[in-house]
Amino acid sequence: MSLDREAREKLVRALAHAVITHADELTSLDQAIGDGDHGLNMKRGFAAVLAALPGLADKPLPEMLKTIGMTLVMKVGGASGPLVGTFFMELGKALSETPGRAEFVAAADKAIAAVKARGRSDAGQKTLLDVLVPVQAVLAEGGDAAAIAAEASRAADRTIPMLAIRGRASFLGERSIGHMDPGSRSTALLINAAVATLVSEANS
Amino acid sequence: MSSSNSGNVGIVIVSHSPKVAEGAADMVRQMVGNAVPLAWTGGDVDGGLGTNVAGILEAIEAAWSQAGVAILVDLGGAETNSEMAVDMLPEDRRTRVVVCNAPVVEGAVIAATESSGGSPLAAVKRSAEEFYA
Repeated sequence: MSLDREAREKLVRALAHAVITHADELTSLDQAIGDGDHGLNMKRGFAAVLAALPGLADKPLPEMLKTIGMTLVMKVGGASGPLVGTFFMELGKALSETPGRAEFVAAADKAIAAVKARGRSDAGQKTLLDVLVPVQAVLAEGGDAAAIAAEASRAADRTIPMLAIRGRASFLGERSIGHMDPGSRSTALLINAAVATLVSEANS
Repeated sequence: MSSSNSGNVGIVIVSHSPKVAEGAADMVRQMVGNAVPLAWTGGDVDGGLGTNVAGILEAIEAAWSQAGVAILVDLGGAETNSEMAVDMLPEDRRTRVVVCNAPVVEGAVIAATESSGGSPLAAVKRSAEEFYA
């Protein structure tokens, strides 16, 4: 996979657009089981990422991902800043400028391990890891773009009946059951946006 | 924000609410005066409820002591952002900053009291964590 400058800018815009256009939905999800700031926080973070364009896309892919991660860490404000930011930063650290699938799988493994460590969490606790971990499994098994995107959406849906163990929703105990995890939803949106952009680049 | 150069362990208070953080710092000052370096931070980068890494890094700097810094936090995001801030410190400082697993107001007062007696970082952290355990 090789992304030229134009493709990198498209990717950044697609990621930011996905979060910003769904900010109200993310906030509604977070109002149900959290503190109601996830949409606003993620929107602030990705608005700052957008503001770093066009210079951001001049950077090689690894540097661009690290910069996106650091921007999210500094701007988002909630726990999702360090969590999503760490994912981007670690992905950037582990990738070369033209990663193949095997390299991408290995890098995503490292990035997910870093998110687990940052949140002292794992899949099954109603967090973004409940999307990252199953999507990574599909990626590692060789699933195509459609399979990856579908798994991201299904994985977010599967958080609805889960009991929250980590994060603010865990304060609600059993009342957290029956609502989709906002962090899982935003992660699925980001994955779907990335997949759609990469597919359109591959076909162009 | 305020500090002192006492050589005692510094205390940083991190709350989603700047008012809570400042109020807790007021309580610490009443208890220990200027015997410990002290700083507080609260709110997201737009001034709403939340925490932010840059603010936490500034507070650590303001409360810096060679004896180290103990951070007291309120809810999850404050903890995650504080741990992120610690990881972003230069290596020689990283090992001298700890996030305490204690209630933010009570923990800050207890940690500062322990620090004001000249206790090392580990004892300051332990006293805050054990008081309500």
